[in-house]
Amino acid sequence: MKARVFVTLKTGVLDPQGQAVMHAAASLGYEEVKGVRQGKYFEIELDSVENAEERMKKLSDQLLANPIIEDFRVEVED
Amino acid sequence: MRCGIVTFPGSNCDHDCLHVAQSVMGWDARLIWHKEKKLPPLDLVILPGGFSYGDYLRCGAIARFASILPAVQKFAAKGGLVLGICNGFQILTEAGMLPGKLMRNRSLRFICEYVNLKVEHADSPFTSRFQGGETIQIPIAHMEGNYFADTDTLKRLEDEGRVLFRYCAPDGEINAAANPNGSQRNIAGISNESKNVLGMMPHPERCSESILGGEHGRRLFESIQSWVEERV
Repeated sequence: MKARVFVTLKTGVLDPQGQAVMHAAASLGYEEVKGVRQGKYFEIELDSVENAEERMKKLSDQLLANPIIEDFRVEVED
Repeated sequence: MRCGIVTFPGSNCDHDCLHVAQSVMGWDARLIWHKEKKLPPLDLVILPGGFSYGDYLRCGAIARFASILPAVQKFAAKGGLVLGICNGFQILTEAGMLPGKLMRNRSLRFICEYVNLKVEHADSPFTSRFQGGETIQIPIAHMEGNYFADTDTLKRLEDEGRVLFRYCAPDGEINAAANPNGSQRNIAGISNESKNVLGMMPHPERCSESILGGEHGRRLFESIQSWVEERV
């Protein structure tokens, strides 16, 4: 099985890295870029288990994301 | 006065803390390896600065699961003094022992410099040798010191007198220009509810001897000692 976890900053949390990327994009001529929020992406290989999604959500909450500043989304596929 | 300093893989201020505890303060101090599961009898635990586990994932996110952490949490729950400096502060927030989170500096740069700090409250075990409202100088050295917490948490911290240190101007004024890293409300150090756990980004162990250019940090260690001695 495979899981993908996307970790993103919560709304309202400042993201200076995303802003720096946005300014770099603008300086390359991509003026249409109006906002960038930088996050993390995890590809996880796992043994086939019944409650994989639930367990990966728990893992994300415990370790991959910090719920104070981050949200996460989990996708699981066979 | 018995002091334990936890060494994680990547800690690099553990020996500085040990030096101050032993040679400057004259304490019975020792390093404690992160794989230990028990603490010896102690009055103070220091989580030192550095880059525990390479700061992988998030600063402090892996150290939070170190074998020694449950013992530190138990020690704190019983009222033992815990001081987290820099990476130690980051670990305390990840472990849920202090609220909020230290984020990447607003400038995206590593900052290593002396800063002015306002001691907001002198009635904690860590600040009794300062005057409330006093301005002191202690160096910072970090990439992730930008304190973030939601508005309710900030209000609670302030209402309960738990913001012990703020970045300030030389005259003590709290303003944006004196904020080195973007921390909300210029917060540089906070305590837990019962005031026995302190997390701070500045490094008191780097300014505890005149030969190093400053001695304000020593007063924090003296505060701890007098608090402990009053209770023996």
